[in-house]
Amino acid sequence: MTDLLRPRVLGRSPRRVDGPAKVTGTARYAGDQHVVDPAHLHLVQAEVARGVLTEVEVGAARALDGVLAVLTPDNAPRLASARDAELAALQSHDVAFRGQVVAAVVARTREIAREAAALVRVRIDPRPHDVHLSADRDDLYAPEKVNGGADTDTSRGDLGTGLAHSPFTLDQTYTTAWYNNNPMEPHTTTALWLDGDLVLYDSTQGVHTTRQATAKVLGLDPRRVHVISPHVGGGFGAKGTAHVHAIVAAMAARAVPGTPVKLALTRQQMFSLVGYRTPTVQRVRMGCDADGRLAAVALDAVSQTSRVKEFAEQTARPTRMMYAAPNRRTTHRLAALDVPVPSWMRAPGECPGMFGPEVAVDELAAACGVDPVEFRVRNEPDVDPETGKPFSSRNLVACLREGARRFGWEHRDPTPRAREEAGWLVGTGVAASTYPVSRTPGSVAAIRCTGPGRYLVRIGAADLGTGTWTSLAQVAADALGVDFGDVELRIGDTALPEASVAGGSSGITSWGSTVVAAAEALRERFGDDPAAGDEVRAGMPDNPAAGRYAMHAFGAQFAEVRVHVDTGEVRVARLLGVFAVGRVVNPRLARSQLVGGMTMGLSMALHEHSVVDERFGHVVNHDFAEYHIATNADVPRVEAHWVEEHDPHTNPMGTKGVGEIGIVGTAAAIANAAHHATGVRVRDLPITLDHFL
Amino acid sequence: MPFDYRRAPDPESAVAAATGWSGVAFLAGGTNLVDHLKLGLVAPDVLVDISRLPLDAVDELPDGGLRVGATVRNTDLAAHPVVRRDYPVLARAVLSGASGQIRNLATTGGNLLQRTRCVYFQDITTPCNKREPGTGCSAIGGYTRHHAILGASAHCVATHPSDMAVAMAALDAQVAVLGEGGRRVVPLVELHRLPGDEPHRDTVLSPADLITWVDLPPLPPGTRSLYRKVRDRASFAFALVSVAAVLRVERGVVRDVRIALGGVAHKPWRARRAEDVLRGERTGEEVFRRAIDAELAGAAPLAGNGFKVPLTRNLVVSALRELSRGER
Repeated sequence: MTDLLRPRVLGRSPRRVDGPAKVTGTARYAGDQHVVDPAHLHLVQAEVARGVLTEVEVGAARALDGVLAVLTPDNAPRLASARDAELAALQSHDVAFRGQVVAAVVARTREIAREAAALVRVRIDPRPHDVHLSADRDDLYAPEKVNGGADTDTSRGDLGTGLAHSPFTLDQTYTTAWYNNNPMEPHTTTALWLDGDLVLYDSTQGVHTTRQATAKVLGLDPRRVHVISPHVGGGFGAKGTAHVHAIVAAMAARAVPGTPVKLALTRQQMFSLVGYRTPTVQRVRMGCDADGRLAAVALDAVSQTSRVKEFAEQTARPTRMMYAAPNRRTTHRLAALDVPVPSWMRAPGECPGMFGPEVAVDELAAACGVDPVEFRVRNEPDVDPETGKPFSSRNLVACLREGARRFGWEHRDPTPRAREEAGWLVGTGVAASTYPVSRTPGSVAAIRCTGPGRYLVRIGAADLGTGTWTSLAQVAADALGVDFGDVELRIGDTALPEASVAGGSSGITSWGSTVVAAAEALRERFGDDPAAGDEVRAGMPDNPAAGRYAMHAFGAQFAEVRVHVDTGEVRVARLLGVFAVGRVVNPRLARSQLVGGMTMGLSMALHEHSVVDERFGHVVNHDFAEYHIATNADVPRVEAHWVEEHDPHTNPMGTKGVGEIGIVGTAAAIANAAHHATGVRVRDLPITLDHFL
Repeated sequence: MPFDYRRAPDPESAVAAATGWSGVAFLAGGTNLVDHLKLGLVAPDVLVDISRLPLDAVDELPDGGLRVGATVRNTDLAAHPVVRRDYPVLARAVLSGASGQIRNLATTGGNLLQRTRCVYFQDITTPCNKREPGTGCSAIGGYTRHHAILGASAHCVATHPSDMAVAMAALDAQVAVLGEGGRRVVPLVELHRLPGDEPHRDTVLSPADLITWVDLPPLPPGTRSLYRKVRDRASFAFALVSVAAVLRVERGVVRDVRIALGGVAHKPWRARRAEDVLRGERTGEEVFRRAIDAELAGAAPLAGNGFKVPLTRNLVVSALRELSRGER
């Protein structure tokens, strides 16, 4: 049990510290950094999904006025480490996926670089490729671990017996699509070398993690790599790990000594070079009694990875802790395909993994005639069903009840296709949300007293638009016992003390705990009234409660969906989420995160779908005209609320993280509402109008 | 590729500047052409900038019709009071297309001449007969959600993406063209071609032909019209299917009917067969169905767009139902 910070600034909503700079266009993103006389880089990509590069002809490109250098596998410098195949730029003649970088052009202007890139002639001896994901493949394999380090398979009790003894059973397969993260700001790197040191202005979710990755690949002492990233225009996981463009930018800058090099990926390039969410196939089996009490729960999840680098989406993870059931089983299997490398996308694991099971719960609840809110309440576990540990706090039931009250669930007629208004079939649905409380070790914070009651707090944390500039300063203010305005925060630079990546909703838990520890160290060493210049550093302390409790955030999402009788058009008239996320640091920012997550979940439910043409092996709808993301007109009303939750175990702030839980469960709530509206059960995302014609 | 840029002071000089080049393009709003230049789809030798030609007015004609200049911005067209009052089908169609920002730039002529959004056409790494004749059609056997169910060929199954043109097709608009040989008028329904074995030719125009304006004939009193568009999201998406319908009913009998479909063919598709069934008949659900079924008898959906057939049927019936509501 930790003594939580006494909230003075926590829980308030100071305006974004970075807001004025952003709305006036003066905030410097990676591509806006002023460097002297930069050159520009454009990437050339493979146009087959698998093969061997036989020739890269650069004569025409080189001859173009303004071209400074052309890098190919034939002339690119050897990297110190090619172990991470995604980052081993131009090190091999093998082509492992369509879109792989096979050459790069440096030129005086962006236009010349692009034009020259089009003149590079790449000859590839094509080999048969395979990008077909299916649960029926005979070459599926079990990875050693899944993303986040969880077990690949789990089993408790006996699934077969549990199902056999259940009067109501379900055995259905659900699928989620391939999604690309698509932050507004494309991945951008400005690279320059200064006396053997590498400076990267990079659009990244972690300056220190980018430093580590690039230093290793380039064979540099990490202290000689400087990564600067004060503002990031969205990441959603796609900027959470280093991708190949940063390596190519560094190589290109080295090829033109003394000249900084700028690279911004095109939108189309982002569909193959910066990670994406794997499609999933989810076989769900459940069994319950006539009262809706689950006896058996199983999820067998299949997803894809690239042949050259493994990424195992932890799709079945939330099924392990969500509902009580004595007989349980989860598995993960992978198909290794000739596809780009999948990676993190907002709530990896939980986001796809709460689609199939949360629709299945709706189906089973309907089968046994129990209200879907009540069904979930009846299956609330006393302890974590997987580990037997108590929950540090678990308020799913409170979220369901409060959500039902606010949404007006009470008088719902459960009969499908029972309500029509002016040509629209109207239905409502519910689903649960969850996301684990994560902490990532390795952060260090420095605090210096700069004057009476004033402090400078330094830590290399990241703000992806999430609000770290503001929320972490709030944590610091309460930790130091001063007003918000008395704290000056510096983040987003490797010149600052080490910080963990902004991922897994772990930012505030990890950096905040570290800042609190530093504030305590400052008080211990210099008393309550430090003098200007007094400074301490502290690392993130261990959380003694971490091993004793299961720590998760929860939520309940309610959707009203309208489906047009004649055209099948699907509209989400209303989304309402209630979340239990521990203490809310900044209600304005937290609401923004939750509403943003729910909106992205709506987009996943109805619109987003990276369409792979298996003959070519790439995503063919690779731009914003064809890869549909929800527009404002698609999102008329989204409300996010939270219940009061006091959790003394997660961290000194009592927070749980708000960045990802909002997208978890949304698609299931919408699918359930669409079923209620029409009687048609859609088990494959996205939920498009053709399902209802 | 480097290209020559010329700005034309008047339509005649624009045509003269464009004459004699094979790789020539008129630049107006640039909302489609500039994308294509960036994507490497086209590499013209010369761009003739027509954005400042004096063709940006909407004028009422003596016969009660309307003349819409080729460089009238989509936003201005949709907001024009006479368009809103007399041609609501057109105002609706224009407003259902693109986004506010794009409509602020896009012009009438450019809207008519915009090119298909077929993903394979727009991706220079995949074969496309429209982009490179003879290379094959990648859409056939591929991603065809947005592709044609009517009038396609073995060489191309692309659709025309315009909403505005669908409304104009239903309005029997006439397109004025200035070319090397002087002025001529092309009925809008004959401006765009079916793909046949020359899918690279979207329209009947030659490279130096300049659209100068579009004339809209007047609609008789008592005529009703509407535009309905179905798409995969509520805004900023091309039509899966759209319908522009113009209907005049007297004493329960169809006196005039014009139906144009979008999203189903290589051109705005006038549903003549459906119109023939309806003309002179008493309005009603049964005849509406019979009419559109007659039209769709020729439909040949692809593997990925079979849903467009029932969608078109439902949409047209629902449009006719709405237009005939309250008519006796």
